[in-house]
Amino acid sequence: MNTDLNTEMQSFIQKYDLLGCIQCGRCTGGCPVTVRTNLNVRRIVYDSRNEEVLEELAKLPEIWDCTACNTCAVRCPKGLKPVEVLIGLRNILVEEGSVEPTVRDALESIFREGNPWNKSRATRCDWMEGLDVRIVEPGEKVENLIFVCCTIAYDPKVQGIAKNLVKILNKAGVDYGFIGESESCCASEAHNMGEEGLFEMAIEDNTELLNSYEAKRLVAISPHCYAAFKNQYPDLKAEVIHYTHLLKELLEEKKITITKECAEKVIFHDPCFLGKQNNVFDEPRYILKQVGGAELVEFDRKRERSLCCEGGGGKMWVEGSATKAERLAETRVKDAREREATVLAVACPFCVLTLDDALKARGFEEEMRVAEILEFIGPLVE
Amino acid sequence: MNNKPKIGVYVCHCGMNIAKTVDVEAVSEFASRLPYVKVARNYSYMCSDPGQQLIKEDIKNEGLTRVVVASCSPRMHENTFRKTLAAAGLNPYYLEMANIREHCSWVHENREEATAKAKKLVYAAVAKVRLLEPLEEKEVEVEPSALIVGGGIAGIQAALDIAAAGFKVYMVEKTPSVGGKMSQLDKTFPTLDCSACILTPKMVDVASHPNIELMTYSQVEDITGYVGNFNVKVRKKARYVDINKCTGCGACAQECRLAGTIPSEFNMGLGKRAAIYLPFPQAVPAKYTIDKERCLFLTRGKCGKGPKCIEACAAGAINFEQQDEIVEFKVGTIIIATGYELFDPAKKPEYGYADYDNVITGLELERLVAASGPTGGEIVIGKGEKAIVPKEVAFISCVGSRDESVGKPYCSRVCCMYSAKLAHLVTEKLPDANVRIYYMDVRAFGKGYEEFYDRVRREGVRYIRGNPSEIFKRGDKLVIKAEDTLAGRTLEDEVDLVVLATGLEPRQDAREIIDILKLSQSADGFYLEAHPKLAPVDTATDGVYLAGCAQGPKDIPDTVAQAKGAASSALILLSSGKVKVQAQISNINEATCRGCGYCVEICPFGAIDLVEVNRMGNIVQVARVNEALCKGCGACAAGCFSGSAQQKSFKDQQILPQIAVLGAMK
Ligand SMILES: Cc1cc2nc3c(=O)[nH]c(=O)nc-3n(C[C@H](O)[C@H](O)[C@H](O)COP(=O)(O)OP(=O)(O)OC[C@H]3O[C@@H](n4cnc5c(N)ncnc54)[C@H](O)[C@@H]3O)c2cc1C
Ligand code: SF4
Ligand code: SF4
Repeated sequence: MNTDLNTEMQSFIQKYDLLGCIQCGRCTGGCPVTVRTNLNVRRIVYDSRNEEVLEELAKLPEIWDCTACNTCAVRCPKGLKPVEVLIGLRNILVEEGSVEPTVRDALESIFREGNPWNKSRATRCDWMEGLDVRIVEPGEKVENLIFVCCTIAYDPKVQGIAKNLVKILNKAGVDYGFIGESESCCASEAHNMGEEGLFEMAIEDNTELLNSYEAKRLVAISPHCYAAFKNQYPDLKAEVIHYTHLLKELLEEKKITITKECAEKVIFHDPCFLGKQNNVFDEPRYILKQVGGAELVEFDRKRERSLCCEGGGGKMWVEGSATKAERLAETRVKDAREREATVLAVACPFCVLTLDDALKARGFEEEMRVAEILEFIGPLVE
Repeated sequence: MNNKPKIGVYVCHCGMNIAKTVDVEAVSEFASRLPYVKVARNYSYMCSDPGQQLIKEDIKNEGLTRVVVASCSPRMHENTFRKTLAAAGLNPYYLEMANIREHCSWVHENREEATAKAKKLVYAAVAKVRLLEPLEEKEVEVEPSALIVGGGIAGIQAALDIAAAGFKVYMVEKTPSVGGKMSQLDKTFPTLDCSACILTPKMVDVASHPNIELMTYSQVEDITGYVGNFNVKVRKKARYVDINKCTGCGACAQECRLAGTIPSEFNMGLGKRAAIYLPFPQAVPAKYTIDKERCLFLTRGKCGKGPKCIEACAAGAINFEQQDEIVEFKVGTIIIATGYELFDPAKKPEYGYADYDNVITGLELERLVAASGPTGGEIVIGKGEKAIVPKEVAFISCVGSRDESVGKPYCSRVCCMYSAKLAHLVTEKLPDANVRIYYMDVRAFGKGYEEFYDRVRREGVRYIRGNPSEIFKRGDKLVIKAEDTLAGRTLEDEVDLVVLATGLEPRQDAREIIDILKLSQSADGFYLEAHPKLAPVDTATDGVYLAGCAQGPKDIPDTVAQAKGAASSALILLSSGKVKVQAQISNINEATCRGCGYCVEICPFGAIDLVEVNRMGNIVQVARVNEALCKGCGACAAGCFSGSAQQKSFKDQQILPQIAVLGAMK
């Protein structure tokens, strides 16, 4: 509560270190959505130095075009986080209660049901039906506590990710456990949509829940949960890792082997929340390289220079003002096609959704498919 | 002490600096009543001539044996008043300062409280001064020679100046040739003089000057001793070429089986050399060196039917039996001129330096535009069929400078100008090319620099205010993703060549010298000067000076100026021939020392050694202070477990009464 008070007392300028900005333009230069929208985050950092116009700035439709990819913050030479300024402006709207109904509903759903998808908490584990899943209770000891992600839990299009993980973990015989129905949204997207209060509450509740297990590691399936737990939850006891860390470990220790061959040309798309934000570049590639018969190719815009797919920053719930040019996901799919990839591999549920849409919009269904790494290798592990 | 001490106390007003907050009248009246105080006075400026005169007269007329001056910090005027005492025939170390300015009047507002505190400080000084002992200032002879580490333009200039003054100079350069980075430059801003034309004569002078002993391909291994008397040990690495026989004809390099296969350091990897090589045509000395990491004979013990170089060398200079040679000599002073390294742009992966051949650094472009470079001065990128002459050229400034995201918050000072220079050279060589410079600020601070910047702009180089964020490829073109911040417009600028203006950073091997000489580094990692304004070439180690980019990023004019400054400081020492050593040094009572060696560890100046002594028939180890090295910092005295280490003028029995007064008095 104390921290709450402190942030309240800090001015907007101090909170975001706006006076540290030298207007170099690296943030806007790196921002992936500028090809599609009027968003100019440097300009917003500049204009926000006049606190009297904050409410006006908050009304600019383009502040909702930000995907929270974090490129601006990674590139800023002065340690500012321009993306947080946009989120601060969104927060003004949230406080005023003047956000889009879709955003409002998602936030309310997180508050009531622990997920942003307007689904009942009681159905969170429906995806587990028919699977041999170990659920652990608070107080229990477990090596790897798995955190599922609301989207994976509820969206049939990506539930396969978790199902394949269960299959692999059972095969490897590792000590793991799922949380079950009490698992609640990491609220990373609530933060990105400007609902700071809800996010802070989620941090408190989730920290209490997650710390109630005797878990050595917390394994996030989605990079979004991973990034939030790793960078925004200060008090978690367990070490936070992404599932690709775990999978690489299992492959190295030969606890699992990818036995079936697969003659595909695989290209890997680095998710912003995994790569750019947390420097996890090598693990996904290591896993994909273990697939016999498959060839791993690279995008020109790879690793630190990967192009955002526009899945984050609340984009699942707001359309934003972006109208110019094609969707970045489509650019991505086209680039993958140019390299003659047959599998566009990703390691994030949001990327699956955006890229799959783009693939369909482009009519590439025949030549190529989008596959989350777990969905891709699951069937190949015997 | 037979006679009772006679103490004089002098309270300074320092104009209004002290008098405004401290009742100086009351303080001197108070002092006059303290034990052993013979006279107490106050005066407007004690440091002025009449102020000092007061003290001198009192010493004469009143027979004072001790003096307390209550004024400013001892850092300011302790020396002044020591001279006053000496002039009046009193030992200068019979002086104690009470700092009632920095420690009192400047930091307090309440006059009453400040006055009370001033009294306390004066009382404490009086309590101590009577216990002080006379000290003697010793002088040591200065070895009339200098060591210069690093043979870039900084080291070269310093060496030439000292040699011209008639002193012996030893120059140690790590690589096979002197010249440093300047030898790699094509032209130099802002006047566009050809770098080689102005540098080569100086390089030659260094090698031929009778007072300079040049050791290239050499390294300082160890330095012991102290100001005026340093013992230096240098390793001359084996070149496997007898430099007395080598004529520099180059027949060996032509014949070498690895000719044209090894990336040339001088050409930034853009050209190739043999395993036996001269780094560049104007290298000094013009002697060949065998790269022992690459040479077939040295790495595998076999080179075809026999080393081709041996066959080719008419002078019979090749000698695979050659060993490293250690040479030792003495010098009085040392100048560190080890220069800098460039920021590795691969640490900013967003610019794709590791991915694209046509993203290069400024120094690489210097080699491309230089007539002596790998392309004979033609700007072509890539090789064979893929080679292109760029039409769209972009420079990106501040790569690895002013950038906290890579831990480089400082400005590298030369990149703005070298970008302007290189942009000019590109337009000169490729009149059809479109050249732009992406910048965040242009820092054209030097003489003639703004004018040069004006010229380059008017010649058609476009300045775009925005620091690019990313580079990727589209077809054959590089796409620079940036914002023109003045227009508020985002850009995807398609170009053929990107030149990264990489910043200057401390050398990776900077620690070698730090370990040998105990130098300090500033926050940016460069060697730290003694004072940023008033002692810019000195270091905390007496007799050791800094020159050039070793101390921080600099252009050539500043480097040369600093080198001349360092040479002048070194010459002051050398020409006076004597150096005073600190009198208030530490002393270790060998009778009580337990020889634990803790002080040896904590002494920041390496001034204490453990020595063996005969204590009643037993050989025991005790610590001993090297009086010439000791700076009187007191670390050993504070750290000693047995109280054996005591610092003169700060002995326990001298400062404890002082502390007691501070504690007791209300
Ligand atoms: C691309 C580029 C262009 C530039 N253009 C210009 C210009 O046009 N005009 C201008 O004024 N400035 C220019 N500069 C700056 C210029 O390079 C420096 O001012 C100058 O080189 C500094 O000289 P230095 O002697 O201090 O260092 P250096 O040139 O780095 O020389 C240091 C020497 O010390 C040697 N050394 C290092 N460590 C040791 C050791 N432990 N033992 C023995 N020897 C050692 C090195 O081998 C080297 O020979 C440019 C810089 C760059 C990067
Ligand atoms: S990158 Fe940072 S310093 Fe540069 S304009 Fe953006 S916020 Fe300001
Ligand atoms: S987080 Fe990404 S999308 Fe948002 S402003 Fe920064 S760079 Fe642009």
